Amino acid sequence: MTVAVVGAAESDLGVTGLSSLALQTQAVTRALTDSGLRLSDVDGLATTGLARFSTAQLAAELGLRPAWTDSTAGGGASFEMYVPRAAQAIEAGQCSTVVISFGSDQRSAGSRSLAGVVEPWTPEARFEAPYGPLTPISYYAMTAQRYLHCYGEDTRAGMAEVAVAARGWALLNPAAYRHDAGPLTAQDVLAAPLVSSPLTTADCCLVTDGGGAVVLTGLDRARDLPNPPVVVLGYGEATTHVGMAGADDLLRSGAVESGRRAFARAGLTPSDVDVVELYDSFTITVLLSLEALGFCAPGEAAGFVADGRTRPGGIFPLDTNGGGLSYCHPGMYGVLLLVEATRQLRGECADRQVRGAEVALAHGTGGTMSTHATVLLGVDR
Amino acid sequence: MSPVDEWFAAARKRRLLVQTCAACGHRQHHPRTVCTSCGRTDRLGWTEAAGTGIVDSFTTVHRSPGPGFDPPYVIARVRLAEGPLLLTRIVGAEPRCDQPVRLDWWAQPDGGALPVFVPED
Repeated sequence: MTVAVVGAAESDLGVTGLSSLALQTQAVTRALTDSGLRLSDVDGLATTGLARFSTAQLAAELGLRPAWTDSTAGGGASFEMYVPRAAQAIEAGQCSTVVISFGSDQRSAGSRSLAGVVEPWTPEARFEAPYGPLTPISYYAMTAQRYLHCYGEDTRAGMAEVAVAARGWALLNPAAYRHDAGPLTAQDVLAAPLVSSPLTTADCCLVTDGGGAVVLTGLDRARDLPNPPVVVLGYGEATTHVGMAGADDLLRSGAVESGRRAFARAGLTPSDVDVVELYDSFTITVLLSLEALGFCAPGEAAGFVADGRTRPGGIFPLDTNGGGLSYCHPGMYGVLLLVEATRQLRGECADRQVRGAEVALAHGTGGTMSTHATVLLGVDR
Repeated sequence: MSPVDEWFAAARKRRLLVQTCAACGHRQHHPRTVCTSCGRTDRLGWTEAAGTGIVDSFTTVHRSPGPGFDPPYVIARVRLAEGPLLLTRIVGAEPRCDQPVRLDWWAQPDGGALPVFVPED
């Protein structure tokens, strides 16, 4: 059985004053309304980061007794990891309708720490935390530094362009946190305060509240629902390391494997993709992911994004909602990649709509480039 | 004593150990209870590091992650001459990627010491 996304929605975003549970409930109920299904139709739930028993907590809140749950904790990539698990559960008949969701009040609650979350029993707490890295920022900063060293200092302009293009998309998205902030220039990015060199505040994603949800069910049923089905074409993932020193090569991420697996499963190649939603935790993340997923060769991403190629109107529409950099970043952003990919394939994106988009790629990244998951979605042919 | 405790006990005496598998020769950091190359659990021992390495990458931290940290300071991934990477600090000067560095020690309030590195040339 083929599986499709039939509903997608955001919660309130930005600074909401709402709890994580309330935001997640908003996202779930709005996505169900969008899908034409009811809460009582849901027999599968996938979420993380909500509580010690995240899916039980959410199920209890919604009054559900799901036949299938998944709380795989892969940070921001979790939601792209849930898509294959949900598709397989639906295909196997373990459940029929899955909601993948997330919600966080981290901005309103002031709960985000620059030190990150490092459990005291882990090797990273003993061997890395005493040196004072910002987690995960300093990992990405060292990755950016290595990138500049290997591919030339002029690639810094490519990192800045990622943030500039994201802002361009956010100006077209009324839901974006920076919708009214005006355009960003490369000079603005470079002149912003350093956080962990070479990354400035403008190279780092937002810290906002927010949430989202997508609803999946079998394609046969999806064809009877109000929205055009968005078909799950392929998926792949890779888990590689934790911490700051765990990766042998900073410039070769697990997205190489996750992307290759997803394209192989879908029978597609990078040139078949019309719209790309990459997890932009930091500007460098996007350059590395473009290379790893095969959209350009290693070391070429800075040149690839130059000349406005990924900006609105460019030939390579990327992070079309404004991304984690300028739209919303509630701590784990992956579900919102799926929401935007779905909306683009349904043609609902108004000013930022990519005309004729038939295949979308959503790529989630979690931790210190620890987890990678790639999902290919397409219109129902 | 666990491998981690053994490593910190040696560091207290300003000796940098690298865990080494006698079965396959693999060297790894941090120390643990399995060789990640051959999977053996019963042949793990130690090599004392020569104290030289190369900067894989680095970053100058400009915001404090919490009490006790006073930015700016430089943290780095150093690849030891023995092979493994470790997270550390660079003291003395901001380094370059691929720059050679040598071992020094950073005294800790509890009487222990952590390895840090100083740029060469």
